[in-house]
Amino acid sequence: MSDAKYEAVIGIEIHVQLATRTKMFCGCELSFGDPPNTHTCPVCLAHPGALPVTNAEAIRLGIMAGLALGCDIAPESTFHRKNYFYPDLPKAYQISQFDEPLCIGGSFTYLQEEGPQVVGITRVHLEEDAAKLQHLSASGRRAGAEQSAVDFNRGGTPLAEIVTEPDIRTAQQAADFLKQLRGTLREIGISDCNMEEGSMRADANVSIRPVGSTELGTKTELKNMNSFTFLRRGVEAEIARQIAIVEAGDRVVQETLHFDPVTEQLHPLRSKEESHDYRYFPEPDLVPVAPDPAWVAELRDAMPEGPVARRVRYEAMGLTFEDAEVLTESRELSDYFEATAAQADAKQAANWIRGDLRALLSERGEEPWQGHVTPTRLAQLITLVDSGALSRANAREVVLPAILESDKDPQAIVDEQGLGAIGDGDELRSIVQTAIDDNPKQAEQLRGGQDKLLGFFVGQVMKATGGRADAKAVNELIRELLGS
Amino acid sequence: MMDATQLTAEGAIKALAAGETSSAELVDTYLARCEDDRWGSFLALDAERARARANEIDAMDEKPPLRGVPIAIKDVLSTEGLTTTCASKILEGFTPVYTATCVERLERAGAIVLGKTNMDEFAMGSSTENSAYQVTRNPWDLERVPGGSSGGSAAAVAACQAPWSLGTDTGGSIRQPAALCGIVGMKPTYGAVSRYGLVAFASSLDQVGPFARSVRDAAHLLSFMVGKDPKDSTSVDWPDPIVLPTAERLDGMRVGIVTELMGEGIDPGVRAAVERSMALVEELGGTVVPISLPSSAHGIATYYLIAPAECSANLARFDGVRYGPRHEADTLLDQYELTRGELFGPEVKRRIILGTFALASGYYDAYYRRAQQVRTLIVRDFATAFENVDLIASPTSPTVAFKLGERTADPMSMYLADICTVPVSLAGLPSISIPCGLSDGLPVGLQLVGPAFSENRLFAASHALEQAIGFNPTPPGLS
Ligand SMILES: [Zn+2]
Repeated sequence: MSDAKYEAVIGIEIHVQLATRTKMFCGCELSFGDPPNTHTCPVCLAHPGALPVTNAEAIRLGIMAGLALGCDIAPESTFHRKNYFYPDLPKAYQISQFDEPLCIGGSFTYLQEEGPQVVGITRVHLEEDAAKLQHLSASGRRAGAEQSAVDFNRGGTPLAEIVTEPDIRTAQQAADFLKQLRGTLREIGISDCNMEEGSMRADANVSIRPVGSTELGTKTELKNMNSFTFLRRGVEAEIARQIAIVEAGDRVVQETLHFDPVTEQLHPLRSKEESHDYRYFPEPDLVPVAPDPAWVAELRDAMPEGPVARRVRYEAMGLTFEDAEVLTESRELSDYFEATAAQADAKQAANWIRGDLRALLSERGEEPWQGHVTPTRLAQLITLVDSGALSRANAREVVLPAILESDKDPQAIVDEQGLGAIGDGDELRSIVQTAIDDNPKQAEQLRGGQDKLLGFFVGQVMKATGGRADAKAVNELIRELLGS
Repeated sequence: MMDATQLTAEGAIKALAAGETSSAELVDTYLARCEDDRWGSFLALDAERARARANEIDAMDEKPPLRGVPIAIKDVLSTEGLTTTCASKILEGFTPVYTATCVERLERAGAIVLGKTNMDEFAMGSSTENSAYQVTRNPWDLERVPGGSSGGSAAAVAACQAPWSLGTDTGGSIRQPAALCGIVGMKPTYGAVSRYGLVAFASSLDQVGPFARSVRDAAHLLSFMVGKDPKDSTSVDWPDPIVLPTAERLDGMRVGIVTELMGEGIDPGVRAAVERSMALVEELGGTVVPISLPSSAHGIATYYLIAPAECSANLARFDGVRYGPRHEADTLLDQYELTRGELFGPEVKRRIILGTFALASGYYDAYYRRAQQVRTLIVRDFATAFENVDLIASPTSPTVAFKLGERTADPMSMYLADICTVPVSLAGLPSISIPCGLSDGLPVGLQLVGPAFSENRLFAASHALEQAIGFNPTPPGLS
């Protein structure tokens, strides 16, 4: 928001579905899209007498998330029961963490054009997801009647909830933060963070205050935004709404809102759903989580370099902000770039990957790391062009497609097709001379200062060489031979 | 034909090993007694499967250690294919899809489940009168309660309908009915027996334990149940195997008698029987020292905050959505209210409301948190006491069996029935009740408590005392 009078104060709560094989507190396999109620057992259906057992892999992934966010891992954390009645919650309490979460107090740095920004991480805690409720129209039953069905496949899915400090100031920052956070979480493999499938969901706490103030205004909570765009637009709309309220002399009311991406409207969720007293108390069926500090240290030492750190490193290698952003979109692309840059100029590698290579591959629906254009071959191609041995045009239009088709090295294709560039040697000199001799009128005009004719002669030379001439060298030769 | 009224499980196993009887014959003998409904011990019998299993075991060359001895199971333990109602209308007709770990372990050891026994609804009560289905009568006097909440399991053993049985104990629900029915009842250290399949009342207190006609039988039954269960995070690896006690002496044993539990509020006849037992301790070579457990005075108050708090969450799953009867209504809230309002009994509702209140925002610190703090003090009291004594003794129940209906109108008087047992539960300690004599012709129970995991010490001492006391667990007129 560029409205200079107010600044927004934004904190985000992110739920990510952990990439475990089984559920948080039972042995049922996780599934997406399987027939309803095919992944259930007495525990996740809350049959009488069934007990939860904490999934050790979920603990490990939760700790990984905490470590990636620079949190302290609690020597002992506990689970609590969060009590409320709803058919998607079979025990009528959710096992979650309350005042003793798994990970506490970290930070996450995300990159903006104007420089890195730091967001404080309040906590990371673990909990179980609810089941899926579907409201069905009741065909075959009394007219007008409705029924609801519960699919317990999703019930008990392990979730990590990441809570940030209110350190974000704009809707765009919120979206950028979330996108880069997702990159990090994906990188360490704790979740696929697929927002469309719901394996990553974000809530935003938004308030505004006069610029210069350090007090916090009344905040509202925007629930369940399932794309970066919706998050940005939802927060934007909410900031605008709050400013309008304050400008009109009214006060913002603390409430929970739902952003409708179609109408761009914000709807308050029914206050009844909000007035819960969850009656948290320690879950007596589970023992505290007390990870071995040596094991946590091992996990910390094994943490891979995150995409944000890589971006910083790429920019230091001479790449632009955007280059670095694009090339760190996935670990595979990043690895591909680094393997290429190890054998050729980094900036050239970035240009080729982002430009010609991706353009060519996108027609085929392939990714760079999948085809015959290996990092070594791309590096060889770059080197051939750099050294003047192959024209950029031929490299782009002939050699690159040929590598894809034929699975051969660039040099082999250059040799086979006779594409070796005619450099600044005698051969090129005589071709340029011929072009001048064949077009005396134009030569005279160029000599007389009509520089636009330079292009005419370059074109003549290119025609004569089948595009193998280096345009820069041709330019220089024409001027030299014309004595201009 | 075996005479069930003279039989211990140990005796039955011996007879089976000697070929004097078969499992099929034993099962038939006991089933015939189970069908006698004088006592109202059973809610369901599993006759067909019991007979089939007996025949199966009889046909085995390599027999499991318990050789097909029958057992009765409290209806709070989940049994696959056999109704498990917790004596509540809200689980009427409910048939589980899995069997509780403790029952499964006993079946694997060769025990045969005869059926499910009556109890106070969801194990809440001290007389079994809170059952939604039937009254259970004390085999010593049919006008009196068997105690509770495991009254059915206690009455079944006292009436020789089963040589032994399983109960559960949250604040005294094994020990108190054992005392009132003149048999042995044992609550193990918290975590000793898996709670998987035990329909939870108060998770941090619930434990499964045996009822038997002898201390050796109780030890024997427990020995098959203890140990870590991967399905129960609070279960523990068992340190030493449980051995069958043989000791006849108590040389060097220091027994602390709780002074607070030998004065006001304890029936003189009960006190006298316990005092006679203490005299026997000294005759057997032990020493008796008076000890004090000052925080125990707050035991009942603490218990009636923690247990209802946990139960308010534990019983929330009974909503009529996935299983059990459902009272349909136009709205979800109405359906919840109607189902739970109609199908839970008054004592269960009382405790759910109490627990909900204790956990409510604004009251949590004053009630639930404070109760947990007092619980810590009680734990410390016991730890301090065990610096000077090996075991702690007291009456199990302040009175002998009371009359049916005598206390139903006054919940507080009912709660006080557990005054001696509740502090032990809060401390998670192992404890046994053995019959130590009669008062007005009704059995009196002696409670012995040991430090955590001292089950073997507890069994050894109570076996020696049991031999010295020489109590006949068969009620008059039964044999
Ligand atoms: Zn499950």
